[in-house]
Amino acid sequence: MADTLLAVRNLKKSFGGVNATDDVSIEVERGELHAVIGPNGAGKTTLIAQLSGDLAPDSGKVLLDGKDITSVPTHRRSHFGMARSFQITSVFMNMSVIANVSLAVQSHDGTSFRFWQPACTEERLRRPAMDILDKVGLADRAGTIASAMSHGERRQLELAMALATKPRFLLLDEPMAGMGVEESAAMVGILKGLKGDKTILLVEHDMDAVFALADRISVLVYGRVIATGKPAEIRRNKAVRDAYLGED
Amino acid sequence: MSEAAPSAAAIKEFTRPPSLLGKSVTGRYITVAFMVLLLVLPLVAWFTGNTFYLDFSTRIICLSFAAVSLNLILGFGGMISFGHAAFIGIGAYMVGIPAYHGYESGWLHFPLAMGVSALFALVTGAVCLRTKGVYFIMITMAFAQMAYYLFLSLEEYGGDDGLTIYNRSVLNIIDIENKVVLFLLAYAALATGIYAVYRIVNSRFGMVVRGCQSNEARMKALGYNTYAYRLTAYVIAGAMCGLAGALLGNFQSFISPDMMGWTRSGELMFMVILGGTGTLFGPVLGAVAFLVIEEILSAFTTYWALPFGILLILSVLFIKGGLSGLIHRGLKHG
Repeated sequence: MADTLLAVRNLKKSFGGVNATDDVSIEVERGELHAVIGPNGAGKTTLIAQLSGDLAPDSGKVLLDGKDITSVPTHRRSHFGMARSFQITSVFMNMSVIANVSLAVQSHDGTSFRFWQPACTEERLRRPAMDILDKVGLADRAGTIASAMSHGERRQLELAMALATKPRFLLLDEPMAGMGVEESAAMVGILKGLKGDKTILLVEHDMDAVFALADRISVLVYGRVIATGKPAEIRRNKAVRDAYLGED
Repeated sequence: MSEAAPSAAAIKEFTRPPSLLGKSVTGRYITVAFMVLLLVLPLVAWFTGNTFYLDFSTRIICLSFAAVSLNLILGFGGMISFGHAAFIGIGAYMVGIPAYHGYESGWLHFPLAMGVSALFALVTGAVCLRTKGVYFIMITMAFAQMAYYLFLSLEEYGGDDGLTIYNRSVLNIIDIENKVVLFLLAYAALATGIYAVYRIVNSRFGMVVRGCQSNEARMKALGYNTYAYRLTAYVIAGAMCGLAGALLGNFQSFISPDMMGWTRSGELMFMVILGGTGTLFGPVLGAVAFLVIEEILSAFTTYWALPFGILLILSVLFIKGGLSGLIHRGLKHG
């Protein structure tokens, strides 16, 4: 039996008569970078929402490291070792870069019901935050307010925040969305650096990035997984070409 | 081209807690001068026989304190409560009701005012914070109106005729029957309240509450139970406002359900917005401006509410960031 970190079992979710997630099963192995691709309206966003806990499935299960987390609320999933990035960049716009990451570190550093000591002077928040900023190449931007950064930098910041929670499993929702060629390449470089270290489920539109990064790919069409396999297998797959790749 | 990572000194610079009095040096002087004037002018007025100004200032201080407490959740937490005056009323009645039964100790009144307000905040907040946006505004107002009608229906305590407090809370040597002492006590409470808000918003807890204002979905994804933190902030603000209400009740010596009507909540909200949301001294500035302008206009005409309303609308439309923002911009350009 393969060493599975995230198992999605027969997940179903429908809105009215539309089956947005139709009996989806995906296994993500430990250390794997697993990509989910699919045309617009394939149900990628709905799937992500169920994995992150924002949306409850009608039936089926989500297991993280063997534990059933199907009905675990979003904020507790973080403490099970899951972290995510959002399709639309989601950082604290009015805070400095270091404050953004510190707040992520703080979430996994004991209780936040501490009312008196200033948080920003705490070495135990600041040092890990700086280490992570170093890792994603934002150390020199630590004092910048997030709203003053470029889109690509904010993407990097968001990833830094996800990493600050020391996740075992990373859920990345289109991290390259809206990026230029150079920024995309930089992000691919960062993700390559994380590969093997973290288990990653990557939902992405950028085909070049997906085929460059993924160990395995699952193809989602009309809420169903029509194929799962190595990038080369997916490229050859007739059903996939018909449904998706051929359209390019 | 990769720049060097910032030096330790640079990191220290942007990880220093923001100063209580603000960044700019001139701004600090203005803030200190403003707070000193707020303390000294009323005392000077009293020594020269103008008791009215001392009374007026005591009222300003009490409502400033209430506005500061509202700002904790509205300005730093993004919780737009339209029912904050309920806590003023509850605080005041927690002085009036025990006094009516002959219990006159302030050591009972003030903790009771804060405790009951905190409890009311906990129970109503638990429901309100399940909602977002306009629904939150409406439901906080609805709960406040329920409190209003509850006290309106208490015939024993005067109903809508209100309740007279014959003797102010007894606090051993702090004799608040003396107007100056009451003023000083209220001022001390306000100063302590501002300092407490300063400490809270920069603490771990405060960072979480501010994070929830900025991006709640992100906070949840980071692993924060945002509901618990927001509710705690709501309870703290409620308790603070309860204390403000107890001071105001003592000052007025007469309390009625009108103190917690929805228009009162609106006024509080307005003071915060006029002064500058999410700033430490803004709500005080807003309360002073609001009450002084109201006083001046009402001296000119009985129809003062109309020009006052127009002024308020104009200030919201054209003064971005409230009076604090205006002063800040003035300092930058000047």
